Amino acid sequence: MSFLGALLRHGSGRIGACVIAVFAVAAILGLTGLTPHDPLAQDRLARLQAPGATYWMGTDLFGRDILSRLMVGIGQSFAVALLSVGLATVVGTVLGLTAAWFEKLWDGAVMRAMDVLLSFPAILLALLIVAIHGPGIDTSIVAIAIVYTPIFTRVVRGPALSLKTRSFVDAARTFGSSRRYILTRHLLTNLVAPLTVQITLALAWALLTEAALSFLGLGTQPPSPSLGLMLSDSRNLMETAPWMLIFPAVVIMLAVLGFNLLGDALRDVFDPRTRRALG
Amino acid sequence: MNYVLRRLLMFPLVMLGVSVFVFVAIRLVPGDAITAMLGTESGLLTPAQRESLAAYFGLDQNWVVQYGRWLIGLLQGDLGLSVTYGQPVSQIIMERFPLTLELALLSMLIALLIGLPAGVFAATRVERPSDLVVRIFAMIGQSTPNFVLALLAIYVLSVGFGTLPTMGRFVPLTEDPLGNLAQLILPALALGTAFAAAVTRISRAAMLDILGEDYVRTARSKGFSQSYVIWRHALPNALIPVVTLSGVEFGYLLGGAVIVEQIFALPGLGRVVLDAILQRDYALVQGVVLFIAFNFLVVNLIVDLAYAALDPRIRYGES
Amino acid sequence: MTLLSVEDLRVGFGKSGHETEVVHGVSFEVAAGETLAIVGESGSGKSVTAMAVNRLVDFGGGRILGGRAVFDERIDVATATEAEMQRLRGREIGMIFQEPMTSLNPVLKVGAQIDEIFRKQHGLSGRAVRQASIRALDRVRIPDAARRLDQAPHQMSGGMLQRVMIAMALAGEPRLLIADEPTTALDVTIQAQIMALLAELQRETGAGLIFITHDIGLVAGLADRVLVMQGGRAVESGPIDRVLDHPSHDYTRHLLDAVPHFRAGQAVRRDGTRDGRTSALSVRDLSVRFPVGGGFLRRTRGVVHAVDGVSFDLVPGETLGIVGESGSGKSTTARAILDLVRPSAGQIDTEGRSAVQMVFQNPNASLNPRMTVRALLAEPVIAAGQRVDDTVLDRMHTLLARVELPADLDRFPHEFSGGQRQRLCIARALMLNPRVLVLDEAVSALDVSVQARVLELLIDLQREFGLAYLFVSHDMAVVERIAHRVAVLYAGRIVEMGAAQEVLSDPRHPYTQKLIAAIPSIDRRRIDYAIDTEDVASLLRPVGFTAPPQTWRQIGPDHHIATEETS
Repeated sequence: MSFLGALLRHGSGRIGACVIAVFAVAAILGLTGLTPHDPLAQDRLARLQAPGATYWMGTDLFGRDILSRLMVGIGQSFAVALLSVGLATVVGTVLGLTAAWFEKLWDGAVMRAMDVLLSFPAILLALLIVAIHGPGIDTSIVAIAIVYTPIFTRVVRGPALSLKTRSFVDAARTFGSSRRYILTRHLLTNLVAPLTVQITLALAWALLTEAALSFLGLGTQPPSPSLGLMLSDSRNLMETAPWMLIFPAVVIMLAVLGFNLLGDALRDVFDPRTRRALG
Repeated sequence: MNYVLRRLLMFPLVMLGVSVFVFVAIRLVPGDAITAMLGTESGLLTPAQRESLAAYFGLDQNWVVQYGRWLIGLLQGDLGLSVTYGQPVSQIIMERFPLTLELALLSMLIALLIGLPAGVFAATRVERPSDLVVRIFAMIGQSTPNFVLALLAIYVLSVGFGTLPTMGRFVPLTEDPLGNLAQLILPALALGTAFAAAVTRISRAAMLDILGEDYVRTARSKGFSQSYVIWRHALPNALIPVVTLSGVEFGYLLGGAVIVEQIFALPGLGRVVLDAILQRDYALVQGVVLFIAFNFLVVNLIVDLAYAALDPRIRYGES
Repeated sequence: MTLLSVEDLRVGFGKSGHETEVVHGVSFEVAAGETLAIVGESGSGKSVTAMAVNRLVDFGGGRILGGRAVFDERIDVATATEAEMQRLRGREIGMIFQEPMTSLNPVLKVGAQIDEIFRKQHGLSGRAVRQASIRALDRVRIPDAARRLDQAPHQMSGGMLQRVMIAMALAGEPRLLIADEPTTALDVTIQAQIMALLAELQRETGAGLIFITHDIGLVAGLADRVLVMQGGRAVESGPIDRVLDHPSHDYTRHLLDAVPHFRAGQAVRRDGTRDGRTSALSVRDLSVRFPVGGGFLRRTRGVVHAVDGVSFDLVPGETLGIVGESGSGKSTTARAILDLVRPSAGQIDTEGRSAVQMVFQNPNASLNPRMTVRALLAEPVIAAGQRVDDTVLDRMHTLLARVELPADLDRFPHEFSGGQRQRLCIARALMLNPRVLVLDEAVSALDVSVQARVLELLIDLQREFGLAYLFVSHDMAVVERIAHRVAVLYAGRIVEMGAAQEVLSDPRHPYTQKLIAAIPSIDRRRIDYAIDTEDVASLLRPVGFTAPPQTWRQIGPDHHIATEETS
């Protein structure tokens, strides 16, 4: 398939894919325990050490290795992002597809419900859900999934409504094809492109939301390392130990940037107008 | 004017949905409401005190009655009483909202002043170096979370210049406009950067699409200059998605910038929400969240009316 | 006097230095008061050539690579600066485009888009601007001009918008007018109005006119000279009569002979008979209505009577052509038969669900781009609850061979040309051995020379399988070649029906007469189209409206017209 080739020929696609690949490796190493040091081990003799030969990215107030903690943090963030976006994708796709297909009352009910959810800023909605469920990683996943479900519902419903009026769906109806067949073979397959783009971009937002929740102390709970918590820890120490701020900050920026670049590239590659120009 | 009327009628409907959602969400909190309200101190209550408290707050009634009472209170501007502040929720909101509004307005101003010209400029020089530079900046801007930017800005200012804008007591605009602006400029920049990047990207994309439209070609065939074609024919069309995006972002900013307010120690709505959630002050959470959603819907309504002003197809059209 | 002299013009697209040349050295001249028609199919480079003349091609990513295009014996467009071009555009060279619906700015009132020309090009201001704009609309015979100026483009019909476009193009008093397929998106009666208007305005102004079209018949009555383009080259040029009567190039002969032109009933089929056959499809009093307005928080404002009491029979081996303009209800009739829209009244008798199949207008849209040929052909079989076994695969191969497509089941639709895709649609419609094919504008989206071949294929298939066709089309020339019988639809009702030869050669209903008089034809040269400004009839009726019943008058053994006024 020339799709991957086209993606890698796309300038920002190549950069985005590389960045995400590096992070994915770090995440897997972090989650499987293959970090340079124990991310939880406290070394009282090595508190607030600047980056050096032993601790490449320095240590924090408890003498814990920043690099190892970052790797685990990336792993946690990616896991939360993947699970929550996966959940939002499935629920949003089902809601969007059925809303577009049945229209009328069901569509009205679903879309008004989504309007209600969209009336809250993402972080506020997530906070509200955390308030109900109590802080923790599983709550973060559910909260982020609920926050982004309306977006997937909209992303699916719009194109699905227009696909529904295309002649190939009319043709399928004249053959007497079943509803399930039309929804899966005709609508869903043609929604892969917008969904892929949206999933990539949503992963970026999900990373951000997870970091924000943890920063506020409502996501991942200490002593588990997480990007948001590490940033929060750096607040009072940034002047004496700037590495505690710089490395997590750069990691979050790069991860979000990677997904954004990838999403942009995917949009270009899927768009027939620009695809021609890409060759 | 069918469209405007329908939008106006839709508003109370969604608002009603929002109120039900908030009401039910708060009641999904595990444990009974008194414990939730008073936290650990509730352990000191006698059963009789509990009952009288429940009766006082109407908690002995079923949900429908409770909701009905709450709704009637809402319509009279009564959002309930905050346990932690010992003040009416509406009063707390009115104290905190001006700051949030000012911050949101400043951020949007920054976003539009930078984003719109940058986007239009890049679209007219598509694929040239200047376009690339704008796109790279927009991409980085969009990928930088506001709280990361806020922390980095504080770090750079404190290390690089040895000074920080006064992080002490917040100075209201009415007291000392300059001091107030000095306090808010950094948070507004932190919030406005990603917003500006988003405006840049969407105005560039919209402009690019529109420059390929048939009616732009028609305008060129009439012999008009590039700048006239862009400002008179293309821009009004490109503004429609920009207005949408700005409306949504601004609406969300009115909900308070939870983290940025915390980082800069600003007493805005975001701080109230966070404190209320951490303190389990549910009357306050309920009231503030409802107020925020209400603001968002009002902004949305204004955006919808702006569409109608910008686009006659919407003004008279079917959809 | 030579107004425009184009020599060896070459135009390309793409990055500087790596352009793909699409116009390879075209030469022509246009004199004041003269009309040059540039004729060619899609991809011939005719539009690019026209856009190069006022250098609008620059804004579509194109560039003039070589040659000269001297305007008014003083300025070479090929080398002029953009500032010089801006002085030429509008003032010296006006342009009219193909799609009036998208060629006006949707957010600006029509008046604002005319006013700006007088303000910027003629330096008028204040009340003079508005008066000039009203005169501009009067000139293109738009009734009630002052009111129209305050309307937004989407409130006008396509024909009306194209008049506005013409008014705008003429507002700068240009000496050269370029019209790029200005009537292709319009109905045939509206096309006739626009053609008449262009001819008359050209006489009034004495401007030169370059008329771009894919339809050589359309310019027979208008052009002085013709330039025929194919693949970016001019293959033939000369005075209109010489080119039409004595074409020297094969491609011109192909355009004249192989492409369907309307022959007023002389080209109808003479095979087929209805005698003693029972109908394969019978439609009685079919009505389809759509409420307007309505929906959530809205009041129903009225009812569109899209189809109103339509009846006909179709026997095996026969084609019934359903003709009409947009809004006549012809497509809705077809869709109602296939149960794609719900009839509000009437009866449709067929021989079972899979006995009637449909082929749609746009082959690009009617094939799911993500399905292979195998999956596409298997769909009707799966839908009918059958297994895709060797017999079915055999049938796929047989049908693909029959419609002259390669026997490769793993290809995707985008690997085929437009004509091939429509053949694939036809093969798919035949998978279940239907008795009736409903062909809804089935060749309308194809290039003219491909149309003829698909029509031939359809006729062959009809003879081989004894199929009955319901052939819905706006194109009388195409209908003439495939239909045995014709039904003319107007405002949701049949106004005339009968044997194709009789209806097309001797139309009796006033609407049919108007419709047929509007059809361009190479046989009818320099016939002036009548100028009239009648707009399309509205189908919107008040809630509860019932149309008066139609009464029929017999003209011949198989030729009837409706006598009740249907408007």
